[in-house]
Amino acid sequence: MSITLTENAAKHVQNFLVKRGKGVGLRLGVRTSGCSGMAYKLEFADAVDGDDLQFNSHGVTVLVDPQSLPYIDGMELDYTREGLNEGFKFNNPNVKDACGCGESFKV
Amino acid sequence: MALLQISEPGLSAAPHQHRLAVGIDLGTTNSLVATVRNGISVVLNDEAGSALLPSVVRYFEDGGVQVGITAQAQQSVDPQNTIVSVKRFMGRGLKDVGEVIDLPYRFVDSPGMVQLRTVAGIKSPVEVSAEILNVLRDRAERSLGGELVGAVITVPAYFDDAQRQATKDAAKLAGLNVLRLLNEPTAAAIAYGLDNASEGVYAVYDLGGGTFDVSILRLSKGVFEVLATNGDSALGGDDFDQRIYCWILEKAGLSQLDAKDTRLLLTHSRAAKEQLTDHVQTQITAVLSGGELVDVTLTRDDFYAMTQNLLARTLQPTRKALRDAKLSVEEVKGVVMVGGSTRMPQVQRAVAELFKQTPLTNLDPDKVVALGAAIQANVLAGNRSADDWLLLDVIPLSLGIETMGGLSEKVIPRNSTIPSARAQEFTTFKDGQTAMSIHVVQGERELVSDCRSLAKFELRGIPAMVAGSARIRVTFQVDADGLLSVTAREMNSGVESSVTVKPSYGLSEGEITRMLQDGNQHARDDMQARALRELQTEAAQLLEAVDNALQLDGEALLDAESQLRIRNSMEALRGVVSGSDNSAIKRAVEALNQATVIFAQARMDRSVSTALKGHNLSELEG
Repeated sequence: MSITLTENAAKHVQNFLVKRGKGVGLRLGVRTSGCSGMAYKLEFADAVDGDDLQFNSHGVTVLVDPQSLPYIDGMELDYTREGLNEGFKFNNPNVKDACGCGESFKV
Repeated sequence: MALLQISEPGLSAAPHQHRLAVGIDLGTTNSLVATVRNGISVVLNDEAGSALLPSVVRYFEDGGVQVGITAQAQQSVDPQNTIVSVKRFMGRGLKDVGEVIDLPYRFVDSPGMVQLRTVAGIKSPVEVSAEILNVLRDRAERSLGGELVGAVITVPAYFDDAQRQATKDAAKLAGLNVLRLLNEPTAAAIAYGLDNASEGVYAVYDLGGGTFDVSILRLSKGVFEVLATNGDSALGGDDFDQRIYCWILEKAGLSQLDAKDTRLLLTHSRAAKEQLTDHVQTQITAVLSGGELVDVTLTRDDFYAMTQNLLARTLQPTRKALRDAKLSVEEVKGVVMVGGSTRMPQVQRAVAELFKQTPLTNLDPDKVVALGAAIQANVLAGNRSADDWLLLDVIPLSLGIETMGGLSEKVIPRNSTIPSARAQEFTTFKDGQTAMSIHVVQGERELVSDCRSLAKFELRGIPAMVAGSARIRVTFQVDADGLLSVTAREMNSGVESSVTVKPSYGLSEGEITRMLQDGNQHARDDMQARALRELQTEAAQLLEAVDNALQLDGEALLDAESQLRIRNSMEALRGVVSGSDNSAIKRAVEALNQATVIFAQARMDRSVSTALKGHNLSELEG
């Protein structure tokens, strides 16, 4: 079981957390919705929930709820730039099929 | 796949449902767009990595449009079709746009707002601003990877309804949904997180490229109140460049340069000014078109000395704003610096000395307004949890209607939080009056002639009634952007009439500031003026009533001598009523009242007997 961040992603997350001034780390997960089944959740975490699974990657704490893990196990979170746009990208090995933009997916 | 941003806990957006919102600083010289990404407010850059979009629009004959740096570069080549500082014309009539002679534009006077004749046709300032907003919207949508749900656009605190409406119209034209117009100083304060800080008074010192504004804000219960504004619409960083330019000419023994050399030396002057922020002296080297070499050294001390009076011109309005707000410098809790020119060390030092505290400078002063607007936009778009603050704004000048005698009755006092709605009841002045003219005014003064006229409309179809018995409810409603609609409704009959204030344009920045100050300075005069007008109104009412009565019953009820006595008293009152001697009017009113006592008695008796005629006592008792 693992969730990892690229070094670049970790650097950005740490920077955001510092500027935000609070938060224990990042919460990743999935929820059912969207045009192609599942959608990612990417949020700041202010507290650890009882049954959260914790990962640490390049100094960033990543929290995942147990229901979400099977959908994103082995995933690598990257931070990239595309033209003027920049943001986080999910490299998820579990995805079999995704909608055009990749915002929702099927496993 | 799409690039995602980190949301606040529990606020992840559904796919394709990102609530993308931006803050836009639509500036006189430069404009910017910012957004909150991953919880942080950031300014969005263009492809070349620059955040500032020069607020310059150039029109071409084929209908093409250039915005920003490319348009700015061609300003001297095509001055008539290259519009700079269009913000100065927003919501303004031709007569408000001062110094027209100095501007290269071909103005077209049109009702409401001045327009500009270009090779691509006649353009209104709203259209020109929309071109700037269009570029920013496009930049934002490409940076955020989706369509915007809305934008918060900042406007100067002194902007009146006309200017705010024009800004909103420009946004609409550019396909932007305006979540809220926000006062620039308030946006700057938000960027510094002052809204989360403890309550208190803050000063915002904004020295831009060509304008200077100072605002005194009071934060209480999450609401920023604008206590006072002041400034100089023709003072900014460009004037500091100009001083260096003149100094170079003198030092190098030059005179009368052509446009190209002037531009060259101004560019060097600007660079020298920026150098002196971090260095004690700087070398200015340039080769002019005629081959002359300019090579001079400018020290920081010399620069300070030659710009000292420019600095003084910012401190004076600042002190005045404090005075208007009836505050001493000790009561100011924090000072926010806005505008690129506040990077100059002498500016920071002078402001620090004036306020006896170090001003806030750790955010980029060029970006601070846009950053604050973005934070507000993020909240309004629903990206923050519900228990987070929602900032309110206030009405800058009181709104009211004209009542008899040319007096202004304030319906919504200034500094009321918006959105806001208030109603007040008015009545008719004359018997059988079937229409009422509603005159909406803005300002702090008691007399309508000293306030600004916003709109006039009529309520017709009031059923004929005795004066004073109609009940006309006038409702003022100000929406979240500070825009006003007024409804008048006669409560007995239900007839209604309303107007959305697209105000008659025509007030300069100076005038708005002046109106605010006048309100305070003339409080006593105004009180006396009000008393006089009330007395005059009462006298006019009395004269009319007596006149009517005389025409109806004078011959029947009074002998010639009594009639003459009454007429003489009326003449005496007419003689003094339009003067300004309160006590003379009072005495004349009193005299006329005395003279008509018997007449009134006689009329009363007769109307009673008329009413009783043909009826017997039992009927009446029944």
